[in-house]
Amino acid sequence: MDNNIYVQSSPHIRDDINTRLIMLDVIIALLPATIWGVLRFGMHSLLIIIITVATAIISETLFNLIVKKPNSITDLSCVVTGLILALNMPSEIPLFVPVVGAVFSIIIAKMLFGGLGQNFINPALAGRCFCHISFTALMNNFKSTMSVDVYTSATPLSLLKESKEVNLLDLVFGYIPGTIGEVSAICLLIGAIYLLVKKVIDFKIPLFCLISFVVFIMLFSNKTTNMNYIMGELFGGGLLFAVFFMATDYVTAPITPLGKILYGILIGVLTGIFRLYGKTNENLSYVILILNLFVPLIDSLTIPTAFGRERK
Amino acid sequence: MYTFKHGIHVLDKKELSKDKPIRIVKPSNIMVYPMQQHIGAKAKHCVKVGDRVLLGQIIGTADGFISSNVLSTVSGKVLSIEDRLTILGQKSECIVIENDGKDDAIEGYGIERDYNSLSAEEIIKIIKDAGIVGLGGACFPTHVKLSPKEPQSIDYILVNGAECEPYLTSDYRLMIEETELLIKGLQCILKLFPNAKGIICIEDNKKDAYEKITSSCNNIANIETALMKTKYPQGGERQLIYAITGRKFNVSMLPADVGCIVDNIDTVISIGNAVCKSIPLLRRIMTISGDAFKDYANVSVRLGTNYKDVIDVVDGFKDKPEKIISGGPMMGQAIFTLDLPVSKNSSALILFKKDPIKNLKITNCINCGRCVSACPINLIPTRMLKAAKADNYEEYIKLYGTECINCGSCSYVCPTKQPLTAYFTYMKSAVRDYQKSLKEKEAK
Ligand code: SF4
Ligand code: SF4
Repeated sequence: MDNNIYVQSSPHIRDDINTRLIMLDVIIALLPATIWGVLRFGMHSLLIIIITVATAIISETLFNLIVKKPNSITDLSCVVTGLILALNMPSEIPLFVPVVGAVFSIIIAKMLFGGLGQNFINPALAGRCFCHISFTALMNNFKSTMSVDVYTSATPLSLLKESKEVNLLDLVFGYIPGTIGEVSAICLLIGAIYLLVKKVIDFKIPLFCLISFVVFIMLFSNKTTNMNYIMGELFGGGLLFAVFFMATDYVTAPITPLGKILYGILIGVLTGIFRLYGKTNENLSYVILILNLFVPLIDSLTIPTAFGRERK
Repeated sequence: MYTFKHGIHVLDKKELSKDKPIRIVKPSNIMVYPMQQHIGAKAKHCVKVGDRVLLGQIIGTADGFISSNVLSTVSGKVLSIEDRLTILGQKSECIVIENDGKDDAIEGYGIERDYNSLSAEEIIKIIKDAGIVGLGGACFPTHVKLSPKEPQSIDYILVNGAECEPYLTSDYRLMIEETELLIKGLQCILKLFPNAKGIICIEDNKKDAYEKITSSCNNIANIETALMKTKYPQGGERQLIYAITGRKFNVSMLPADVGCIVDNIDTVISIGNAVCKSIPLLRRIMTISGDAFKDYANVSVRLGTNYKDVIDVVDGFKDKPEKIISGGPMMGQAIFTLDLPVSKNSSALILFKKDPIKNLKITNCINCGRCVSACPINLIPTRMLKAAKADNYEEYIKLYGTECINCGSCSYVCPTKQPLTAYFTYMKSAVRDYQKSLKEKEAK
């Protein structure tokens, strides 16, 4: 006939989905928490967000230029990394901290490994932990010039550690001290539901993480029936943010269904152990980061049996 | 409602051709009959150049246990026996016949018969003589499939009316237009299996077909209908059997091992034609669709007709096609020319003016798990791809890669456009060769 006929192997049609659309959905899901953070903590937090995202984009562009690879920023994954990192910053932090963090996230944790998909630890988390180790005092300072409405600048977790009550309503709506993005449980849950409904994330990791965490602290703390305590642990300290937006990161989470359940449970239990017996409250990021290293192992141990085959 | 686990929802595009009644295509002047249009051994030609042949005459005989007869679908003169390009993409032996347009048929052609008066052996023989093969795509000789070792252990005859591939509507048209023959064909099959129940399985996007068939077989004791959820690949043999009976089997087994026999709609109708009307398998029902055509159609084409004559029924192209697919877009085969004869292993003809996959940009897998949720066989396609790219056969086998049915679901949903299914198709033969070489080494 003529030579403009293409012959490839089936299937001959594809879904329109691509990485950019997925990342766009994650950004949309983070918007409620982002907007709340800015309203609550003021212009400096907006500045932090803009600078962090910009640094992430610029780092990735420069890296690609230097190693002469096509620019990958259009997949928007660097925007997601930058945004998540920014939302994990205290609202008054000097701008150089998130900038350093973003460069670390993008260059060290992601691009040096070969870019999105090849990294084995979550870039945003790596950046956060790097900042936390390097600038511990700054990263733990949750005093906010804006939060005059709050009687103390102690985070809910430090209150609970001292066996004080937390105000649950403040917790749910986000009138607590904390990082820019983690304070409002409601905003985070709206984003999480959006991701679940759009099937961007799978429910297994967050669900099993939250269940195992609650069960763990009920069993091992001496405040089993203290609802204020349980809710405080659940909604405070960035747990919701971490399980819905960081533990579900595709690249660094298991891919098998059973592996996802196992990973969720491990995060829940380890977080519980650290919260109950650890000295600091800043440990969730480390838990996920450490478990990232075990993901390949979890995956290989949980390969599902194929349809119609006997379990070995 | 019946269904299976995982799978995907695909834009089905059936509305293009679904309401077009089946039209009959005039046979070509020169008809071409490949000797290989089924699975198994090639048929042996049994006519000579210059012979006059009749409509329905056997011109190639089944050669071996798994093989099938090839019949002339017109009357005319044998022009030559030569190698020609077939739908399989290679040149192979074909009989070329000049159609004299008279349609003189063999003796006994078209005589009505009562299947009740026939024995099981007689029915099998009629099916074999009629050259019937599985018309769902596999083209496995039907008389072999209907002769399992223990016919009494078969308790389900499932008629596959899922038609889950996008664009395809020919089975749907047949269910509506040939309801009676479909049921008759199924009754013929049921005569071979004393303990079996026949179930006609239809996806719920074809409710009208389901209702029509259900009311037609209302008072037949051993025939039922089943409505299944519309999901791809519901028509896969293993998905169909699982959805209806809950039984599972793997790649090393046959449906008969779990007491089932699955036949496609058109196959059952062809059996009805052969047994009850003495009309052998002479034609193929095809859907003609895709945005390169001026119009869409469901057609009845005599085997041996040139594809170029087939597309005349829709007045040819609107745009020059970039992609020609024989079969559905999920599992069909891309072909590069239309200068081919329609054969038993032909299927739908889908033409796209733009090839939707020629410019796909492949980026790193992001481990999103969409391929895992899509896979009806419960595999981890992205891990299989890694093993396949590394030619790591052991790992591929450990990941159950050999169970893949090449349904294309994983490739369809992948956001980074990994060529998953393409690699798995390649691995199928590569792993087979590898396992063979292992055995040979062991033998030495
Ligand atoms: S769907 Fe594609 S990107 Fe997602 S895990 Fe599978 S292969 Fe990787
Ligand atoms: S092509 Fe194979 S691996 Fe991919 S979804 Fe189908 S059965 Fe699963």
